[in-house]
Amino acid sequence: MRITCPICGERDRREFYYTGSDDYLNRPEEGDAEGMHRYLHIRENPAGVTKELWCHEAGCGAWLVVERNVTTHEVLGVTLASEVAS
Amino acid sequence: MYNAFRILKEGLTGNKGWGPVWRSPEPKSEYEIIIIGGGGHGLSTAYYLAKNHGLTNIAVLEKGYIGSGNIGRNTTIVRANYFLPGNSEFYSHSLKLWEGLEQELNYNVMMSQRGVIMLCHSDGQRDAFARRGNAMINQGDDAELWTPEQVRAEIPYLDFDNTRFPIYGGLMHGRGGSARHDAVAWGYARGADQLGVDLIQNCEVTGIDVKGGVVQGVQTSRGPIRAKKVGIVTAGRSSQVAAMAGVEVPIESHVLQAFVSEGLKPAIDHVISYGMGHFYISQSDKGGLVFGGDLDFYASYAQRGNLPMMEHVMEAGMTLMPAIGKARVLRSWGGIMDMTPDGSFVIDRTDVDGLYMDCGWCYGGFKAVPASGWCMAHLMAEDRHHEVAQRHTFERFRTGEGLMDEEGTGSQHNLH
Repeated sequence: MRITCPICGERDRREFYYTGSDDYLNRPEEGDAEGMHRYLHIRENPAGVTKELWCHEAGCGAWLVVERNVTTHEVLGVTLASEVAS
Repeated sequence: MYNAFRILKEGLTGNKGWGPVWRSPEPKSEYEIIIIGGGGHGLSTAYYLAKNHGLTNIAVLEKGYIGSGNIGRNTTIVRANYFLPGNSEFYSHSLKLWEGLEQELNYNVMMSQRGVIMLCHSDGQRDAFARRGNAMINQGDDAELWTPEQVRAEIPYLDFDNTRFPIYGGLMHGRGGSARHDAVAWGYARGADQLGVDLIQNCEVTGIDVKGGVVQGVQTSRGPIRAKKVGIVTAGRSSQVAAMAGVEVPIESHVLQAFVSEGLKPAIDHVISYGMGHFYISQSDKGGLVFGGDLDFYASYAQRGNLPMMEHVMEAGMTLMPAIGKARVLRSWGGIMDMTPDGSFVIDRTDVDGLYMDCGWCYGGFKAVPASGWCMAHLMAEDRHHEVAQRHTFERFRTGEGLMDEEGTGSQHNLH
């Protein structure tokens, strides 16, 4: 599996750290206990295309949103998380 | 019946008298209980519903054939060396059921209590293992802290003087070991069938009917089937099946790889786990070295992993026991794991009345097969938790109370 970092180009999967679903970009408001439960635990977990948060840990260090088919390991698109969040 | 006389008779008459050991019935239009999933956990659930609770109007619906999922694709290790309350009593119960399983089912599951040893490689790790061993003894199970000399006497071929990770000893769990995975599925299937449970193979559940918050039955590739209670026992695909009833689960699916070498003469007597590389190994009765390591760490339903983790597992194996470098790997595979945020499983009701779930087994489902079925059957029959599984609820994630994070790694699904 290879991932194309928008900053560094196509790199080996080993340079990247997987965090989880891009649900992690939608942090709930302070004090929203149910929201925090969903944010941390509940996942749609589709057997198909997902959007995930990866970090180019051994490269530029950028956080990335990677669109990926989890049944084939095909990487469909990579965007900087900072662009998605803004 | 299986007995010595029958085996002798069949042996002398060309083994022509053996027939299928379970029926292949057509699904009825209605059952009292439907179990979705004909793997180890689903079959043991059906077996104990019939055996312990006298309920026999049950169907097990299996999309493929019996034992075609993770029960046929694992590394067959049985142990009860957990630390935290909740897991500790559950796996202890499971090991006791394993110890009597062959007599219970009159089926040879090739249970082999060859001992599971976890090696330690630092003072801190040895202290942690001493503490774990005490927890295991407090639970009523067995544990011995072995010195490096004791390990060397029993397992001389390890690289004890490895410069980076020398072996400081190990925690030996003598009642642990391995069992023949397929035979466990077949034994429970045969046992459930004999008690009157209908095992329906090639029957994919395509929908779960819910009316007014109460489960009504399921839609399948072989038509609709009504039921008063439905149990989802489909670890690996829990999210998809739960979604059919609108139930959301705290699970992310990950791939775990495992490997088998060519058949070798007996060399590895125990189940050995390497404390520094997340590598574990045993030798099957056919002679193949069966080994594996960590998750690939990214979400996957592909049933195959990537090369970096394969390389890591091979490197860890070579570091621990350089002798295995001459063995050739015959095959590798990836299993899909229901990873929960605390690394422990769930046996619980759902928000839909009459709909229950047994899921979230992470990568520890095989050893749990007997107790999982025992406790899921108890929950479905009595509508209350069995005492050894009462902590394994969905609610613990919502409240944060009673989380069972054995490794203390936090709420990220892939870190357990």
